[in-house]
Amino acid sequence: MSRSSRRLVSVLAAATVVSALAACGGSDDGGGGSSSGGANEASAPGITEDTIKLGAHFPLTGVAAPGYSEIPTGLKAYFDYVNDNGGVYDRKVDYIYRDDAYNPSNTSTVVNQLVLEDEVFAIVGGLGTPTHSAVVDFLNAEGVPDLFVASGSLTWGEDPETNPYTFGWQTDYESEGKIIGQYIAENFPDAKVGLFLQDDDFGENGEKGIREYVDDQIVGAERYTPGNTNVGPQIAALQAAGADFVVGFNVPSYTALSQLTALQLGYKPQWFYSNVGSDPQLVGSLLNRFSQGKVTGSALLAGAYTTDYLPTVDEPDNPWVQKFQEIWDKYGEEGELTNYRLYGMSMAYTTVQALQAAGQNPTRDDLVEAIEQVGGDWKGPVLAPFRYSEKSHMGTSGMSISQLTPEGSAKEIQGVMTTDIGDAKIKEFDGKPTTPTENGIPDEEPYK
Amino acid sequence: MSDLQSPAPSAGQVTEDAPTVATAAANAPSAAASTGRSLLPQSTLLRHLVLLLLGAVAAVVLLEITDPFTNSQLATLSYYAIAAGGLTVLTGMNGQISLGHGALMAVGAYTTALLLQEPADALPLPLILLISVVTTTAVGALVGVAAARLHGPYLAGATLALAVGLPGLAVYFHDQLGGEQGLRVRAPRAPESFESFIDLVSGASASSTKWLAYVGAICLLITYFLLANLVRSRIGRTWRAVRDQDVAAELAGINLGAWRVLAFVVSAAAAGLAGGVLALVVRLAAPSGFTLVLSLSLLTAIVIGGLGSLLGALLGSALLVFLPPFVTDLGTGSGLSSTEAAQLAPFVYGVVLIVAMIFAPAGFVGTIRMRWLTQKAKRSAGRAAPADSSRG
Repeated sequence: MSRSSRRLVSVLAAATVVSALAACGGSDDGGGGSSSGGANEASAPGITEDTIKLGAHFPLTGVAAPGYSEIPTGLKAYFDYVNDNGGVYDRKVDYIYRDDAYNPSNTSTVVNQLVLEDEVFAIVGGLGTPTHSAVVDFLNAEGVPDLFVASGSLTWGEDPETNPYTFGWQTDYESEGKIIGQYIAENFPDAKVGLFLQDDDFGENGEKGIREYVDDQIVGAERYTPGNTNVGPQIAALQAAGADFVVGFNVPSYTALSQLTALQLGYKPQWFYSNVGSDPQLVGSLLNRFSQGKVTGSALLAGAYTTDYLPTVDEPDNPWVQKFQEIWDKYGEEGELTNYRLYGMSMAYTTVQALQAAGQNPTRDDLVEAIEQVGGDWKGPVLAPFRYSEKSHMGTSGMSISQLTPEGSAKEIQGVMTTDIGDAKIKEFDGKPTTPTENGIPDEEPYK
Repeated sequence: MSDLQSPAPSAGQVTEDAPTVATAAANAPSAAASTGRSLLPQSTLLRHLVLLLLGAVAAVVLLEITDPFTNSQLATLSYYAIAAGGLTVLTGMNGQISLGHGALMAVGAYTTALLLQEPADALPLPLILLISVVTTTAVGALVGVAAARLHGPYLAGATLALAVGLPGLAVYFHDQLGGEQGLRVRAPRAPESFESFIDLVSGASASSTKWLAYVGAICLLITYFLLANLVRSRIGRTWRAVRDQDVAAELAGINLGAWRVLAFVVSAAAAGLAGGVLALVVRLAAPSGFTLVLSLSLLTAIVIGGLGSLLGALLGSALLVFLPPFVTDLGTGSGLSSTEAAQLAPFVYGVVLIVAMIFAPAGFVGTIRMRWLTQKAKRSAGRAAPADSSRG
């Protein structure tokens, strides 16, 4: 080997060392900048010196739009409020939400648009199990944080190795089923339980949870297909099986349909609707519409049980509801503060916590890491803590149980219980109810 | 020309007249071939090969100069256009109406999704798409046999039942087909040759979005090449004969039923391929993706574009893909909230549809072609008149 080539090798080696040192130096600067009060930088796609771009897909038109289309207006109102009060590290949150009409083909298109054209930093609150299933692989392949999917499916949080960028937010359907099951076992040990289930993950996970506690009490399980509006056979079958306590894992329109069908059949069991299907305002208006005005309001639902993982608008004394009402009155669109908007604002609150924790100049991976490291400790409007860790991306873990009054509000009858998927035990939540900060904006420390 | 085709309409025969005007876009071949001024070769096959090559170059240029999001929109366009191309052959050429093409796409999409459940040891992609086409063709043949005896609104009703009923099978066979949330699809990775090709052409990064857009474009070009040849052949002429004058066609020895089934089968094959591409691009095959709205969108696409014209099907599909985001962005740009802007999109689409039907009842391509034919007729009449007068 000649001398010149040996010299070349040593030059190359020196260059490698120098560039490696430079890289270390660079990363040191970056690390220092993100924790101390340095200048804002455009540290990741969707983040500039003064804005953070977030995106989401919601059904704004079509069959799933009533109710669900209100969620993004809640998120937006809260972000606008935060923006007017200093933003997050002096950055304004720009929340772009697009319509997918609850059709997965559209979801794929609008999420492509959000990620590739709008170049959002993260997706926040994408709604729906079939719809979000279409984009979860894409988002994880592109490394886009996919926060707080608005669906209680286990898919989003149970396997962080497959979907490292995806996080759940609300209580999953299996944990909800377990809490309901235990309540029935303890308070109605003689009840003959019938299940009214949506024929997908929602009903399946709920059934799995509930069967862990009252398997021997269940006399019938009936499933309906979303889109088929005749639930006569299912309700009649539950009646024939002698069920006197019916638990429904169904969406709001099927709460209304099941009530009307039971009314026609003269069937009067004790009803228990899962959180998703129990919004009294929406169900009341649906009842009115389906019965062409013959049934008004939500009086039909009086006495039914349901679950909560958030405060609701019929608790005007709750400090969170008061704060959100104040913000909604000032920053919201037309219309009242509804439970769906409250849901959106609560989710926006968690999002601001995550952005604060991620540090001043975060990368997309910093955001994910921040939620994994400190997300479990966040306090907010959600009744029980989140389960976020490196091993689990599941959302909040607990629910309270309440009973609906003839006026259409809910009265709490069992405090918050927490649990987890699988054979985790149900425990009473011993934390104190949280209150918002003075200005209603969280104040989290950077996680590193 | 149209005088020869349609007899004087008598009472109750309104439908006999409609296809001639409505399918003006479909009656191109003789006109195009007789101009003589065209730079394209006279032979149909050669002409289409040249067009295929031009289309391929145009597709590469288009995909390389546009941003990643437009690439993904073009991938969406490709599956709409493939299905619309098949439907325009059925409706424009053969006069059968189908509201069930969304369901046939579902067959293709679920076949592709099932074959891609184990991405590690899946079959090669072209083979998977081919199997999807074959499966859908089989289903199409079955439906076609039943449909061959039906006409107009009855056929529409039967295919409508298909569109409503078939996606329900996915819910019924929950364990095999994934129920309401459907089957997730992991598209196979791009081969290395694709990466080096992109590197050679533009030096851009070969993302999975781009790869899927190319897969869509290739499928689209092949489908349109085959369909274009088919409709210019004896088969296409027979279909038009069946469409325009079924009694005369039957007297000429054409078996109406068999030719109608064939048209349905060809059209189903295209829908199957479209479904396969859809599954790859959307990354999911779920019943909520194949609602009646999909079937109706395909029908509006071919009507707006011009019944019976492949170019029309492509233009109509482009409207379907590019108009809603354009309107939504326009809406948010002019100060509407996102919800209001989203509600604006279907409204504007409806208005465009109505305006098109009033001012261009034969669709984009059909209307332009009719104008051009009228002018040509006027010109030749103008040339003929002085000749006549000099003789007299």
